[in-house]
Amino acid sequence: MAQLKNEMKFEFISKSANESFARATVAAFVAQLDPTISEVADIKTAISEAVTNCIVHAYKNGLGTIYISVKIFENGQVIIKIRDKGCGIENISQAMEPLYTTGGAERAGLGFAVMQSFMDNIKVTSKLEKGTTITLTKNIIPRVAKNGQ
Amino acid sequence: MVEVKIIKDEESATAFIKGDIDHHTAKDIREQIDAYAQNNQIKLLKLDFSQVQFMDSSGIGLIMGRFKMMQMLKGKVTVINVPSHLKRLIKISGLLALGVIEKGEV
Ligand SMILES: Nc1ncnc2c1ncn2[C@@H]1O[C@H](COP(=O)(O)OP(=O)(O)OP(=O)(O)O)[C@@H](O)[C@H]1O
Ligand SMILES: [Mg+2]
Repeated sequence: MAQLKNEMKFEFISKSANESFARATVAAFVAQLDPTISEVADIKTAISEAVTNCIVHAYKNGLGTIYISVKIFENGQVIIKIRDKGCGIENISQAMEPLYTTGGAERAGLGFAVMQSFMDNIKVTSKLEKGTTITLTKNIIPRVAKNGQ
Repeated sequence: MVEVKIIKDEESATAFIKGDIDHHTAKDIREQIDAYAQNNQIKLLKLDFSQVQFMDSSGIGLIMGRFKMMQMLKGKVTVINVPSHLKRLIKISGLLALGVIEKGEV
């Protein structure tokens, strides 16, 4: 098990103005691992997907709290959890299928596909009426390896 | 934060989107573009993405939604000047099959 380098937690209410706040906050914290611009962009996009899902799906009938925790490890691993206490997902594998959406005409049904493609791992746990937790993992390549030394 | 500037050229219009496209900003962008296209009898809507700093799947939904809106107006949509940092997202979105991305853009 890799050694923990740092950890943080924050929470906020499910207002759409907080989507940019959440991704910028996580990106600022992960900066300690010296990621590339493209690694930061991947993480920001995945956070934006997960947080937007809490706002438009989990808490579709009102406001709720969104909880995010981030752990970074000495070997460059980042583990991010995004949790809501919203409606939950009945069928997780169906929800994760590309283009599947319950969100109507303006939603593409691609959030999970984007998280899957931009991160190294995704785990979804959910319980109806209790809420959903998304665990995203990304391995930031250490600078030395990036420089090919 | 996002800004939309629309420039008309006969029956076509180009919407220049500047800033971040997420679920929060998409509503504003959508309302401005749809009102403009409907009020000005636009037949070709170009979405210029050169100044888009950040975008998630809400941006894909925005493009698909404008595709449907322009279909109803018997017109077309095309996305132009896709910056390199958005190419992977566009590629996995399936938008290429919809024919709204200019050849050679991604
Ligand atoms: N946190 C959540 N709580 C409840 N349901 C969720 C949650 N996240 C996702 N879902 C369900 O999973 C479906 C698929 O989610 P996904 O993010 O892939 O697509 P989308 O949000 O519908 O569209 P897009 O992300 O492209 O805007 C959603 O339509 C919704 O039914
Ligand atoms: Mg989504």
